[in-house]
Amino acid sequence: MSLATAPAPEQDGVEHSARHHPRVALVKPSNRRRRLAYAGLTPFAAYVLIFLALPTILAVVTGFFSDDGTLTFDNVTGLFTPTIIATFGSSFWLSGVSAVIGAVVGALICYAMLGTRVGGVLRTIIESAASVLAQFGGVMLAFAFIATIGVQGLVTVILRDTFGVDIFADGVWLYQVPGLVLPYVYFQVPLMVITFLPALTALRPQWAEASATLGGTRFAYWRHIAAPVVAPAFLGSLLLLFANAFSSFATAAALISQGSQIVPLQIRAALVSETVLGRENMAGALALGMIVVMVVVMWAYSVLQSRTSRWQR
Amino acid sequence: MSASRTAPVQRGETASTRAKPANQAVRIGAEPSALTRRLILGIIGAIFLIPVIAMIEFTFRNGLAGDYTVSHWTGLFSEDSARTYRGLYQAIGNSLVLAAVTVGIVLLLLLPTMVLVHMQLPRLKRTLEFICIIPITVPAIVLVVGLAPVYSVVVKVLGGSTWTLAFAYGITVLPYAYRAIQSNLDAIPVKTLSEAASTLGAGWMTVLWTILLPNLRRGVLAASFISIAVVLGEFTIASLLNRRNLQTALLQVSQSDPWVAVIFALFALALAFVLLLIIGRLGSATLSRRKS
Amino acid sequence: MFTKRTLAAVALVAASAITLSACSTSEATAGDVDASTATTVEDFGGMEALIAAAQAEGELNVIALPDNWANYGEIKALFEEKYDIVVNSADPDVSSAEEIAAADNLKGQDAAPDVFDLGTAVALDSLDYFAPYMVANWDEIPEGNKEATGLWVNDYTGSMSIGYDSNSVPEPASLDDLLKADYRGAVALNGDPTQAGAAFAALGLATVHEGGTLDDFTPGIEFFEKLNDAGNFIPVNVTGATIAAGETKVAFDWSYNNLAAAATVDGWKVTTLPGAVYTSFYNQAISKDAPHPAAARLWQEFLFSPEAQNLFIVGGAYPVTIQALQDAGTVDSDALDALGALEGELVTPTPEQAENNATILAEKWAAAIG
Repeated sequence: MSLATAPAPEQDGVEHSARHHPRVALVKPSNRRRRLAYAGLTPFAAYVLIFLALPTILAVVTGFFSDDGTLTFDNVTGLFTPTIIATFGSSFWLSGVSAVIGAVVGALICYAMLGTRVGGVLRTIIESAASVLAQFGGVMLAFAFIATIGVQGLVTVILRDTFGVDIFADGVWLYQVPGLVLPYVYFQVPLMVITFLPALTALRPQWAEASATLGGTRFAYWRHIAAPVVAPAFLGSLLLLFANAFSSFATAAALISQGSQIVPLQIRAALVSETVLGRENMAGALALGMIVVMVVVMWAYSVLQSRTSRWQR
Repeated sequence: MSASRTAPVQRGETASTRAKPANQAVRIGAEPSALTRRLILGIIGAIFLIPVIAMIEFTFRNGLAGDYTVSHWTGLFSEDSARTYRGLYQAIGNSLVLAAVTVGIVLLLLLPTMVLVHMQLPRLKRTLEFICIIPITVPAIVLVVGLAPVYSVVVKVLGGSTWTLAFAYGITVLPYAYRAIQSNLDAIPVKTLSEAASTLGAGWMTVLWTILLPNLRRGVLAASFISIAVVLGEFTIASLLNRRNLQTALLQVSQSDPWVAVIFALFALALAFVLLLIIGRLGSATLSRRKS
Repeated sequence: MFTKRTLAAVALVAASAITLSACSTSEATAGDVDASTATTVEDFGGMEALIAAAQAEGELNVIALPDNWANYGEIKALFEEKYDIVVNSADPDVSSAEEIAAADNLKGQDAAPDVFDLGTAVALDSLDYFAPYMVANWDEIPEGNKEATGLWVNDYTGSMSIGYDSNSVPEPASLDDLLKADYRGAVALNGDPTQAGAAFAALGLATVHEGGTLDDFTPGIEFFEKLNDAGNFIPVNVTGATIAAGETKVAFDWSYNNLAAAATVDGWKVTTLPGAVYTSFYNQAISKDAPHPAAARLWQEFLFSPEAQNLFIVGGAYPVTIQALQDAGTVDSDALDALGALEGELVTPTPEQAENNATILAEKWAAAIG
């Protein structure tokens, strides 16, 4: 699944919260009412506890136990075997490549969207299309790419029959890790549009005017003014894309059926073949490894995000 | 070419006549020319259309024979399709039930909590936001490792019906639903409204029901639609918990009848586009209302 | 396992804290017989009673039984028609290992599998999941083809064959042929050999044809590594769909599956390589957590009845009671003539060999084709 793809009805809602914050609620709440209010939180708290906190803890904790329930670090040290390291390596490579391509192409679209009217037809269509395509990851995306660049895919056949180019001359890479890059880019670009557009459109027109008035060229404006301002947002979006690809499972699951070259597939294999492989709790250790990566990436993202939001006010 | 020719003129214009609304399409230094814009959007758009076109073309293929047929489409409506696609239709039903229950969770658990925090416990706002964003950091594939033991208990308590999976989906939609509702919540002048109401002697429950909720309609709708879109597209959790939903059934059908699987994928794609187009409209409607 | 249970207990406490819902466990008993512990039809009081109990349950959950696999499509349809019981066919194309994973995940749910059809390696590893049951014609099943208490019973066998799209690739005459440029991106397996019986068998076939023995599948793994390095291996699971769409042009698969594909796809042909013929039975077992225990047992009785056993022959597979059928003269001789006898230098791994090789594959397979 992809992240943060909901087109928020308003992009600049955050700042308003500061202004309309009901710092003093209606009347000063009595202690009794405050207790009631806290009590009102319990259903949601319980829900989040059982279906978010508990599974997360279970996922991570099982990695530290052996099959017979004793504490062990075997599974966690198992993360450092060559196979698993290679798996994390492929995951990093795939996430990195698809994130960079997605970020650059997505930023290009955002640039093209500069100056279009908010709520205008073009904007609404592109934003909706981006939302749909960012959600498109998964089984259906795998279908689309099998139909496009599968062995008998539309593009494969046209390239082969019309241009004499055999894209699979060295073997069919679609069903291996390199084959995931194109499908991943397909949902990374739209995610970039969704996350980066608000930052780019927040560039103040006045800055461009000021630069122009002072005789600056367009290039100078981009280089000295716009680029430094949007850089944190760009990097932040890049990280989000990385995290998005890193945690994506469905597309890979539908495309790759031999071996487990990336971490989510390795988790699936560990879950499915635990009886055969006798590695009951390896999935937990892999989950732990994945969470560590995600926490680092998302932490960096939030740091960059807070730098960005300064300019969006 | 065109950029360098027209840019100075427009730049001069905008610099001197900058009283226009900021969102009007006037070209200033930062913007691409119309031609550049069309080129970029046109080329990338075309590339992004190719897989969709390939999917459509695929549904008319006649297997190894290499010619075209409409039988995959007409076969959907034939008599014996009912038995063949029984599992698929059942799975679509499951996904719709899951979408409905997930929306229920958003409306009955998340929404009241958000309103409560917004009105009564603003100090917890950051915490709530943090909690609602966590599912992005804990991907479904990780969550499912821990969900398996949780569900073995849930099933004992509630039975193994389809809808129980919605508890997990409620978590996966949390970031999206939160964002949709929160931006609406932030846009309403809660303080003004509730002060006005309480001056007139209304309790906060009354404020909630008669003033706040009607004003939250758009955010709630957007949250519901995005939840539906996410649930209809969910594969990871269902697949690894061996539940049947639209996506797992599509994968299953694709292994015996890839054409029908692609046809249904196209339908799902179209449905998602419509849902999100509506959200987009809702969003811009809220926006323009607020601006006015 | 202990860990999971402990953690599950934590979850239970947390869950029950907010859930006031009453426990609603529906113990599927028919009349005064506990179907889930019945080990013979006599425990029900005869076939009539078993049918009645199964019909009271009304449904049967099968898993990993594709319609075009060993004629299961017809077999499932006949069962539905004959007993008026709905057969829910879940995930037809999953591997044996995934069948067991599904039983784990769906434990206690209505959708949990009632019966399994498993490759040998996984079956032997999963005895805890099975309920013992002996069908009425238990004696017709040869001694070596069943677990003594009826935990699992062999149901049908076939030989490992190579199917190919004769429109686009030549007929392979040996394993080494497949390394040629003609087969670029063409050769596929039916599943991941660490999980799926058919792919496991393909590795076994490759092993014996590479001069190895069934003790150690390493030569087979090395062959597929060469195949992958040559760019001829395509890591897609073979299904009827991939064959029909031209995505997989050469498929290692059971003879009955390749024959089924040949019957529906123009140009699909089946060949067996000269030399050793690799055969292996699949194993039928009833889940001990079956939500429809009586229907599961009725399915078992039905599957080993002459009627269903003959349907396996029609589908190109050799049923386990074939000798008894021939002796009794109840065999579908037209179908058997069309299929031909299972002949040649037959090789089949012993249970120990199967288990050892499962371990070897788990170690080496992913790296070989990575």
